[in-house]
Amino acid sequence: MLPGWVSLGLIPVLNLLMAFAVAGVVVALIGENPWRALVVMIDGAFVYPGSLGYTLYYTTNFIFTGLAVSVAFHARLFNIGGEGQAALGGLGAALVCLALDPYLPGLMVIPLAIAGAALFGAAWAFLPGLLQATRGSHVVITTIMFNFIAAGLLVTLLTGPLIRPGQSTPQTRDIAPGATLPKIHEIFRALGVDMASSPLNVSIVFALIACVGVWVLVWRTPFGYRLRTLGESEPAARYAGVKVPSMVIITMCVSGALAGLMAINDVLGAHDKLFLNFTAGYGFTGIAVALMGRSHPIGIVLASLLFGALYQGGAELSFEFRSIDRDMVLVIQGLIILFSGALAYMLEAPLTRLFARQRRPAHG
Amino acid sequence: MAEIWLDAMQILSSTLRLATPLILCAMAGMFSERAGVVDIGLEGKLLMGAFAAGAVAFYTGSPWLGLFAAILAGVAMGLLHGFATITHRGDQIVSGVAINILASGFTIVIGIALFAQGGQTPALTRDERFLPIHLPFADTIGQVPFLGPFYETLLSGHNILVYAALLSVPLAAFVLFATSFGLRLRAAGEAPEAVDSAGYSVTFLRYRAVIIAGVLCGIAGAYLSIAHGGGFVREMSAGKGYIALAALIFGKWRPVPTLLACLLFGALESSASRLSDVDLPLIGEIPVDIILIAPYVLTVILLAGFFGRAIPPRALGIPYVKDR
Amino acid sequence: MREPAVALRGITKVFGAVRANDAVDLDVEEGTIHGIIGENGAGKSTLVSILSGHYRADAGDIVLFGETVKMASSADAIGHGIGMVHQHFMLVPNFTVLENLMLGLAKAPLLAASREDVRRRLAELTAAYDGLDVPADAVVEDLPVGLQQRVEIIKALIGGGRILILDEPTGVLTPDETDQMFQSLLELKRQGVTIILITHKLREIMAITDNVSVMRLGKMVAHRKTAETTREELAELMVGRTVEPVRNEAAAGAGEVVMAARGISLRDGAGTLRLDDVSLELRAGEIVGIAGVAGNGQSELLAVLAGLATPERGSVEIGGRVVTAAAPTDPREMRALGVAHVPEDRRREGLVLPFEMSENAVLGYLGQARGSRPWLLRRSRMVGRCGELMQRFDVRPPNPALPASGFSGGNQQKLVIAREHGARPRVMLVGQPTRGVDIGAIEFIHRQLLDLRDAGCAILLVSVELDEILALSDRIVAMNAGRIVGEVEGRGADRRVVGLMMAGVRDAAAGAAVAS
Repeated sequence: MLPGWVSLGLIPVLNLLMAFAVAGVVVALIGENPWRALVVMIDGAFVYPGSLGYTLYYTTNFIFTGLAVSVAFHARLFNIGGEGQAALGGLGAALVCLALDPYLPGLMVIPLAIAGAALFGAAWAFLPGLLQATRGSHVVITTIMFNFIAAGLLVTLLTGPLIRPGQSTPQTRDIAPGATLPKIHEIFRALGVDMASSPLNVSIVFALIACVGVWVLVWRTPFGYRLRTLGESEPAARYAGVKVPSMVIITMCVSGALAGLMAINDVLGAHDKLFLNFTAGYGFTGIAVALMGRSHPIGIVLASLLFGALYQGGAELSFEFRSIDRDMVLVIQGLIILFSGALAYMLEAPLTRLFARQRRPAHG
Repeated sequence: MAEIWLDAMQILSSTLRLATPLILCAMAGMFSERAGVVDIGLEGKLLMGAFAAGAVAFYTGSPWLGLFAAILAGVAMGLLHGFATITHRGDQIVSGVAINILASGFTIVIGIALFAQGGQTPALTRDERFLPIHLPFADTIGQVPFLGPFYETLLSGHNILVYAALLSVPLAAFVLFATSFGLRLRAAGEAPEAVDSAGYSVTFLRYRAVIIAGVLCGIAGAYLSIAHGGGFVREMSAGKGYIALAALIFGKWRPVPTLLACLLFGALESSASRLSDVDLPLIGEIPVDIILIAPYVLTVILLAGFFGRAIPPRALGIPYVKDR
Repeated sequence: MREPAVALRGITKVFGAVRANDAVDLDVEEGTIHGIIGENGAGKSTLVSILSGHYRADAGDIVLFGETVKMASSADAIGHGIGMVHQHFMLVPNFTVLENLMLGLAKAPLLAASREDVRRRLAELTAAYDGLDVPADAVVEDLPVGLQQRVEIIKALIGGGRILILDEPTGVLTPDETDQMFQSLLELKRQGVTIILITHKLREIMAITDNVSVMRLGKMVAHRKTAETTREELAELMVGRTVEPVRNEAAAGAGEVVMAARGISLRDGAGTLRLDDVSLELRAGEIVGIAGVAGNGQSELLAVLAGLATPERGSVEIGGRVVTAAAPTDPREMRALGVAHVPEDRRREGLVLPFEMSENAVLGYLGQARGSRPWLLRRSRMVGRCGELMQRFDVRPPNPALPASGFSGGNQQKLVIAREHGARPRVMLVGQPTRGVDIGAIEFIHRQLLDLRDAGCAILLVSVELDEILALSDRIVAMNAGRIVGEVEGRGADRRVVGLMMAGVRDAAAGAAVAS
């Protein structure tokens, strides 16, 4: 057994360092200075005016998708469908707004739109959950399939019925200004504090509330107890009287709802409309976030911040270097999933030996 | 009548061309999963293979060296998957996801660094690609009614990798079911402890399986970039690895049914472009996107058990740990 | 003097903090049956796993027929003529018998080349030894367990094995099948095969071995000639002190029927009938023991009574509730009706190993962890509850914050029984209460069960350990192939009669009654 600070602190940090080290090698191989790339990314993520806002805007997305993956992880369900569920969440929010914003005041439309995002996300996860629970179809495969189906569905809708009349870009009309979420810089400016513009909006508050909610749900409620029991041992869950099929379905729905909520950041907050591919892989990033954050809300916030910085700082890379693109971030993301997910046990054994050796002389 | 026949042959021919990467990837997945290693990473290996082939063919001018590089790239990714999941007993799905994302970023980053064309390789010349092979007497036999179009349009005129894909199916069936290596490989996916107690290394068997999977994915990648296509384009795998995985499940991890599933999915793709503007009687116009998502919908329906149950290898996804 | 077939010198193997084998020595003479006996966790299985190349020893030598050998893998062991029959079969269930044999034997690249060769060798082997016939082309999972074990023995011998190791081979066999297997072993011994038999059952040691070695806590503590020792002496050597097994002496004051199964039937996922018209009444203040070889419907009976499975036909009655296929139940309702359940598999069902003990103390009884706001768990309540249970049942270490995985088997089981006991049940379903539990905890658990019975609880005891059934039960019901074969009084029950019933002989009890 490793001490808590090693398994919760040291190992994640070492995994992260290894991922960055390999990414650094890649940068060096293409003939650039990894150190300078890192500095550019940090500047781009935190130092330049407005950059922090962008970083936190990305962070918001990752908190939602990371929480979505982690809730399912606790029940040992691997929801790879965050991408599709977020896309559907965007559709839900957009449909509510497009249908109601001419008639209702914004303050009534917004809660309905948020509920719409959660509901559509949950609905898109419901079917894989149902099939897993009743037919034993593996959610990994079905949620991958549902990602593609969601993508096809959105293309069809955004090039057809939902497209803004008179244009060819696959996106909806703008949502009425009153029915969107205020941006943080607008709020600050209204209070008399000057702040650089950024897409950061009050969605981040909802994201943090969701973190607290998930923590209470998983660790402090009977539902969470059953969920974790199911995740650790299905026979034990059945023995304890947990209705496994409905638990699987509900868990997937909660996970899908969280992924769906990601959409409010873009559709209601940053862009005020639904457009094609707004999910941009954030659903997959949620996997890396959940793995790095060890499926705990605090870890997820930290990991989301890291990825937010990577995405924002990564965008800066393409301006500063001719030969590095922001897709470098994808490489780092893949490496983080590799080291803190697939290779999670690699460091455990040698570290356990190391600590066992250190402890023995103390006792004997 | 003859015109309909010719049309049919053309559709089948394009089906075959679109199914080729699916067949190769599905056979790759079959080796890996029959040995007990889940292979979500087909997509990533395919993409890496495509990039390696495109880049090396451009630099060397030789499609064969491109193919070789693609195979190396596929094997390297397979070994990475093996290192994580076999040696370190990591989660096979997580590892696969990592490989897919890694491949997606890596190909673009390196592509831009090398060619500065937004992630593409430069267009390849004819010499740098695998070109269609015209079977002997294709022109002559092509004049014969019925048999002619069959021979000239369907059988002849494909590049060598299409024939390789078709050959890979009986080859996979032979290796898996008629050799002692195949027997042990399948046993490693069903009851690895039995293989171990018989004195054979589960680790080595599974490594060989992921290597074979890497080779086949590499060939499929080369097909995309230097045979079917004329260069690498970013994200050119476009979900084909996932469709191949779906075909493998659809085919219940058996060679011939999996081949048929690949052909079905290829046919859907090939008909999508043909049906895009056609007004079908009764149904009306079918949006292309609906046809394109059909493989995914079909796979979900299959997984729901409506076409009979797909029973995966018993030890699939479970790292082999000597007990205790 | 002839060199021993197997000589182990100073074998040591450490797993983490546990010395599973500590400088173990062993001599096995050629052509004998050598028993190794010891409690659960004494290190027997580790020792033979080292001998069969599954594990590598940290220190020590393996000497075969006078020659020190390297044993780095299963392949090495097979090369040296060592064949191992594992407790859990090492067979590929959906392969045929022949394919399973070819797994180890096919050397040529093409299967076709070796198929006929392996078939011929199988025929030679079955011709050479009596009682080793198997259908070569049958799929293994379709064969009965006894035949599957025969395939394992053939696998061990067909590669030219001269040393056969069997690890707890009788756990899955009826007394009758056990006898048959012992006959085969004697036949093998006559032909010069050296046999090492690992077991925790004294009866088997006395019945068939020539020599016996006793292990305790990773050490080899004694070697005896079987003819010159007694069960009592071996038992004492195993445990390290005099053993006084708990026995059910007091007459049962059986009261009213509290739970009854009437004609229940159940099929598994594959459609096989697992329970076939089973009727059973449990009365207040009695222990009903179910005797049977593993896999004859006992687990399914427990599952139905605990509300985990719904019977296809028949009904279960408890406290006025009648459970049928049309009116199914679930474990929560059964608990509310006063049915407690100590499950057979404590590590997968009874506990959530990574959870803290305080969380495990309310598994199935979440109501005990709720405060005034029912949608929130009260951790202080869980910890307090767990502390109480740990104190009352002497669970060590008494720390509710430790994960269950950090406790020994005996202490884990004590917490499970404490939890179920603490619910003040009217009926207690108990499955394999002492599997993987040390002798000290066994005594404690047995005494608790008897106390619970004396307090008026109805207890259903399922165990594959016939001795446990005989020691504790007021009534013994034997099951075979999903049916109840017969029933006898608990006290003074004849083990031979119960054994016959377990094998499916219906009128064994009646026959014995007439004979006496």
